[in-house]
Amino acid sequence: MTTGFDEMQAAQQRVRAHYQRYGAWLADQPHAAMQARRAEAEMIFRRVGITFAVYGAKDEDGSGTERLIPFDLIPRIIPSHEWQRMQQGLAQRVNALNAFLHDVYHGQEILKAGLVPTEQVLNNAQYRPEMQGVDLPGGIYSHISGVDIVRAAQPDGSGTYYVLEDNLRVPSGVSYMLEDRKMMMRLFPELFAHHRVAPVAHYPDLLLETLRAVAPAAVNEPNVVVLTPGMYNSAYFEHAFLAQQMGIELVEGKDLFVKDHFVYMRTTQGPRRVDVVYRRVDDDFLDPLAFRADSTLGCAGLLDVYRRGNISLANAIGTGVADDKSIYPYVPKMIEFYLGEKPILENVPTYLCRDSEDLKYVLDHLAELVVKEVHGAGGYGMLVGPASTKAEVEDFRRALLANPSNYIAQPTLSLSTCPTYVESGIAPRHIDLRPFVLSGKTVQMVPGGLTRVALKEGSLVVNSSQGGGTKDTWVLEADAGTDSPAAQSQSQG
Amino acid sequence: MLSRTADHLFWMSRYMERAENTARMLDINYQTSLLPQSSDRAELGWSGVLGISELTQAFQKKHDVADAKNVMHFMVRDAGNPSSIVSCLAAARENARAVRGTLTTELWETTNATWLEFNRMLRDGDFERDPAAVFEWVKFRSHLSRGVTVGTMLQDEALHFIRIGTFLERGDNTARLLDVKFHALAGDYFGTWSDEEAPEVDFYHWSAILRSVSGFEIYRKVYRNVIRPDKVAELLILRPDMPRSLAACMNEVVINLDLVANENSDETRRRAGRLGSDLKFGRIDEILATGLHAYLTQYLDRINDIGAGISRDFLVAA
Repeated sequence: MTTGFDEMQAAQQRVRAHYQRYGAWLADQPHAAMQARRAEAEMIFRRVGITFAVYGAKDEDGSGTERLIPFDLIPRIIPSHEWQRMQQGLAQRVNALNAFLHDVYHGQEILKAGLVPTEQVLNNAQYRPEMQGVDLPGGIYSHISGVDIVRAAQPDGSGTYYVLEDNLRVPSGVSYMLEDRKMMMRLFPELFAHHRVAPVAHYPDLLLETLRAVAPAAVNEPNVVVLTPGMYNSAYFEHAFLAQQMGIELVEGKDLFVKDHFVYMRTTQGPRRVDVVYRRVDDDFLDPLAFRADSTLGCAGLLDVYRRGNISLANAIGTGVADDKSIYPYVPKMIEFYLGEKPILENVPTYLCRDSEDLKYVLDHLAELVVKEVHGAGGYGMLVGPASTKAEVEDFRRALLANPSNYIAQPTLSLSTCPTYVESGIAPRHIDLRPFVLSGKTVQMVPGGLTRVALKEGSLVVNSSQGGGTKDTWVLEADAGTDSPAAQSQSQG
Repeated sequence: MLSRTADHLFWMSRYMERAENTARMLDINYQTSLLPQSSDRAELGWSGVLGISELTQAFQKKHDVADAKNVMHFMVRDAGNPSSIVSCLAAARENARAVRGTLTTELWETTNATWLEFNRMLRDGDFERDPAAVFEWVKFRSHLSRGVTVGTMLQDEALHFIRIGTFLERGDNTARLLDVKFHALAGDYFGTWSDEEAPEVDFYHWSAILRSVSGFEIYRKVYRNVIRPDKVAELLILRPDMPRSLAACMNEVVINLDLVANENSDETRRRAGRLGSDLKFGRIDEILATGLHAYLTQYLDRINDIGAGISRDFLVAA
């Protein structure tokens, strides 16, 4: 591995240009004061109930499975010019992925052109034949996309952004992005007076605009709802939060029913028609008549209403075929095929274990690679070679050999670090970034996204289910004087 | 509003109200038990507490003796007892959490903080150190949650269902308290006790009932007289200006039910209105002539029936 890339500290202990003002402020803060702020933040998060559920876990005092996501006081700062480019790259990528989904469920031109292997798409468990030929408003499938981005150190000491994965099903975390900002502004109002931090609080407005824009064409004033699996779901706080922020109903499957080819919700004043569902329930559970019959989270008959165009779902059914880790390597080709453009954001080189040559390479280099399940999520079912014991590597080798096509492998990236509060004080910890890209009439996003941080020393796994925390993410608005590309490259020395 | 949302709001406020009433009842029993009295009398008081909540059987499965320690443990911190204070506060909080988007931030945070803090108190042994202080605290958290509700919620359906839950529950609880406290003494009560045949109860028994519904000073103010059982019954059943009386509770239920009326709710409104009128125009001597226990039993049936009607008309509506 190369030496790391730190977001704040350039080599030779120099603070990067866009962190200088913050760094000076931080150096002036007494340790005890920062500790007090940490305690205050935790107390507020608990009272507000900003928690997530860990499946299968139970606390001793019976307070159940609700945990706080650790919140770190030191922001991750992104200079304006970097964000500008990332934003273009994200819009490009999401446009191509939506075009790909539309194509897969219509003419399948990209398969005919031989750019993506047909069997890899059509035999994919996430491919939904029910969606073939169904026309969606605006041709949009992934209305809310969470694109995970990391920065990795290069041999010359610079850092390069890579897309690690596209989340096109029900990406979560945006509520933490919003709450982290609220918390930072509450704890450190003076910092916001001295930094031009691009605001993010209008995300719910953009989301509602997006959802309204994709309502069935015949509807004037669409009734938009959020569909949640219920309060025991790990992301329930976020579902309730977004519904409240948008001023729309938070429904569960049992609140909905289908009658005469439309979906209705049960209200105290009788049935009311539903036009757009921001659903936070997986495809499999959406409609017991069409998918898993044992699901109590969905609404019987929903798929039929959907196929008739009488309701819009965000995201569409069947988007999983495009964010699968085995499809990921083809995204740059999609961008060229559908948009005729060069990809702006880099992909991580990926080995498909279904391919015998790739598999051989992977088996020979297992201890250096990161190996992931094609359908895995949440940091489960993966091997981080350099961080694993010999026994763990050998265990994984057996699993891999038993079902090679279930895995992909990538070089272990040296993820960038950001200074973070830990037990012993401030220390560098690895981070990633999940911007949330909205596709409605146009593609929109708020600056930045959710920064996740791996709190364990050396760990590369940032998922909240694996002990990850979050940080506020600042995109500095231009003209701050400390923010030109020239100053940036200089600071990278 | 979603029927499920209304259902959660209704039960959120019912459970908070129930926690308060349980705390009131236990508090008064605990205070009384500090007075000199026979252990039989003390046990009668504690088993009365269980009787009010129809929990005698459930209690006996876990404990032999209905003494202060066992009953308080069962009614305060036993999470296996769905009517214990800890269960009620958890249920209020769970219902609030299910519809937190419908509540004001203040109301959600109040409900959540009550639950967090009560659990901390149980963990840290606050209850064993000073039960009265914990009862007082629960009562005041319920006051706070009601104040935050009225002071911050938009006056729409959500508020009306919360109010219906509060007053239906309170009416139910006051009736149960009266029933047990009278019944425990001497079979049914017909208002006919003369000084000689009155059971051996004293000022402390009646004043305890009054105190448990914050009615002691009110009684003095309204009647300017010594405490007599028939007057206690009148105050807690018929006085429309006594906030915890059956008449006052039913009045609020009727008002809020009218505000949320839908095309299915006519019959439930009629029944609620009728019960309200019976209380409004009732006379204590008539009620006592049929026997207080018989009257209260019938009242509880009618309250129950109205609750079922509300559930049918609004909360699980198709």
